[in-house]
Amino acid sequence: MIATDSKVLLSLRGVKAFYGNIAALKGVDLDIREGEIAALIGSNGAGKSTLMMTIFGDPRAREGVISFDGRDITSMPTHAIARLGLAQSPEGRRIFPRMTVFENLQIGAAIGDPRYFDASLERVYAIFPRLKERSGQSGGALSGGEQQMLAIARALMNRPRLLMLDEPSLGLAPLVVKQIFEAIADLNRREGLTVFLVEQNAYHALKLADRAYVMVNGLITLSGPGRDLLAMPEIRAAYLEGGR
Amino acid sequence: MSKRCEPPATFAPAPEASPLRDRLRSALIGAAKAAGVALGLAFPLLAYRTETDFSNALVLQERWAAVAAIALAAFVVRLICLLIPGRTKAASSPRRRRAEFAAIVARSRRLISAAGLASLIAFPLVVLVLLGPARSLKWIDSYGIQILIYMTLGWGLNIVVGLAGLLDLGYVAFYAVGAYSYALLSTNFGWSFWASLPIAGLLAALWGVALGFPVLRLRGDYLAIVTLAFGEIIRIVLTNWTDLTNGEAGVSSIPRVSFFGLPFIAGPEGFAAHFGLAYSPIYRVIFLFYLALALALLTNFVTLRLRRMPLGRAWEALREDEIACRSLGINTVAVKLAAFALGALVGGLAGAVFAARQGFVSPSSFTFIESATILAIVVLGGAGSQLGVALAALFIIGGSELLRELDWLQHIVGEGFDPTQYRMLIIGFALIVIMNWKPRGLIANRTPSVFLAEPRLAAPALAEEGRV
Ligand SMILES: Nc1ncnc2c1ncn2[C@@H]1O[C@H](COP(=O)(O)OP(=O)(O)O)[C@@H](O)[C@H]1O
Ligand SMILES: [Mg+2]
Repeated sequence: MIATDSKVLLSLRGVKAFYGNIAALKGVDLDIREGEIAALIGSNGAGKSTLMMTIFGDPRAREGVISFDGRDITSMPTHAIARLGLAQSPEGRRIFPRMTVFENLQIGAAIGDPRYFDASLERVYAIFPRLKERSGQSGGALSGGEQQMLAIARALMNRPRLLMLDEPSLGLAPLVVKQIFEAIADLNRREGLTVFLVEQNAYHALKLADRAYVMVNGLITLSGPGRDLLAMPEIRAAYLEGGR
Repeated sequence: MSKRCEPPATFAPAPEASPLRDRLRSALIGAAKAAGVALGLAFPLLAYRTETDFSNALVLQERWAAVAAIALAAFVVRLICLLIPGRTKAASSPRRRRAEFAAIVARSRRLISAAGLASLIAFPLVVLVLLGPARSLKWIDSYGIQILIYMTLGWGLNIVVGLAGLLDLGYVAFYAVGAYSYALLSTNFGWSFWASLPIAGLLAALWGVALGFPVLRLRGDYLAIVTLAFGEIIRIVLTNWTDLTNGEAGVSSIPRVSFFGLPFIAGPEGFAAHFGLAYSPIYRVIFLFYLALALALLTNFVTLRLRRMPLGRAWEALREDEIACRSLGINTVAVKLAAFALGALVGGLAGAVFAARQGFVSPSSFTFIESATILAIVVLGGAGSQLGVALAALFIIGGSELLRELDWLQHIVGEGFDPTQYRMLIIGFALIVIMNWKPRGLIANRTPSVFLAEPRLAAPALAEEGRV
């Protein structure tokens, strides 16, 4: 477990975001420290995906401040934010279905230093050997689990400092979910990669998380170490029973 | 995915004829359905006709023969369509057959390209030897050069539509900018073709960026409408800015292209005299042919190279998912502008060659139908495929030129028949047939998202939320 006094990598203060006039984020405060796994749980429609996209500037925060590594990124263009070392596996994975696995990974490394491409490729193939087997296959022809692996691998190709994952377990078989979460935990443990995990199925996420946030209706209502939250009866009732 | 059970293993395998009979039966049923629909349509439209008889009273005339003929025609046509191999849904494994076909195409693609290139290089000389200077002029000029210009335009637009997936209906604007650049620079300032060519390309590219900026946030239909408007705006400006462009009357006596300074003229200063040849306009046309060929090949070469470079990959990714691109750090603004600029640059260069070929430009050469033709070449070719675009240019431009020469049809159809009147109709019909037969274009390796015919394979959750 990571010491709680490590440096804050990503911080949100009073972030509000809207779709038209409808508020999706109503003043979110959140800190992610270097080297930790942070989890955000909440029911469908709570605003988790919006939060992730708002960090990337789309939709843009209408109020509040988002800073990464001490730098204000609130009004930066999305691609510039990505270049600072944030990467995401977005909701729905959004891999490029008509491009091969290898080409997907190439796009993932588009902004990286080409000298490190081979090393990055080796690294993600080591994490997800399945992708190496499928490297010539088109992304759309992969199974759901493989597509999720590809989305994560693609995000890793830029050697990010913060990896954000939006519901990586969605629609996957329990065994595949376990595999993916193990890979994430491994990345964190071995390489010290900071991970921000958004999940609706909270069990695995909370078990893994050094720090967890609960989002209800566009607001963070609760936060604390994942295992503490996992033990709380109201959390169990709201997010776990039947959920896992 | 069919739930039909396989026959138990103990049964003898079904005789070979059975699938054929099945197919015949389903084809007959399909044809009968088509006939039924035709009957239903023909009855209210055709069955009765009101006529005034000699006493000026309305009478109903029955036309059952016409109704029957329509229904029969529908039956026969549908039956033929369904029986042509590879067209029926019942065909055993269309997917595998398609894969086999794709593999054959992929293997022979190199061969086809090489053969095509060789025949393009040999074309003017072969025609010259076979037909002599006087009669080969038409073939090298109207067919050869024109097809090459459209091939170049097709490849240029292919960068925007096929690779980057941005539907541009106003591509002719850049062609016009290039053509007028050379026309005006040469007639007003006496610039040579070679000096004007890069300027024509650069100006067109500049306009490409100018168009690109306002449409950056637009997608799909909206983008198409704005680019359409842009094409019209350029044409209308060219029509109305009479001080500069001479309006509808156009710019004439644009200098012909020279052989690196040697003019193609009859005098002792001319190209022919210099090389000890008898003067003939054919040399200029042949030179222009190779010029157009060089431009086309350059376009093709650059595109093929770019495709394998990060920019080309980014275009392809952009076509599939813009949001994903952005969150991977790709500057989608720059990538899109690069596509517009490069496509426009090619259009501008082709425009300069066009002006040099015609010796005359006017706004009427740059109407929407030109944009549509170029887009048709790209789509028909299988957007994204270089070889497909080349074949489509050959087919559409060559075909529509050939249709100018159908005078002999008059002997069959009758004196009053003017085949050129039906050119666009025939071309349109041919396009419909081909697109029906190969919806992804002649040579499709990857389907671009603009012409999506099936639901996306990934990100169903996003599609549900309407975010795609
Ligand atoms: N593109 C959009 N346009 C309008 N409203 C949206 C859009 N995306 C999400 N919302 C709304 O914002 C709220 C939060 O959605 P979302 O962030 O997707 O929730 P979660 O990821 O927690 O399920 C929901 O009420 C949802 O309906
Ligand atoms: Mg979500």
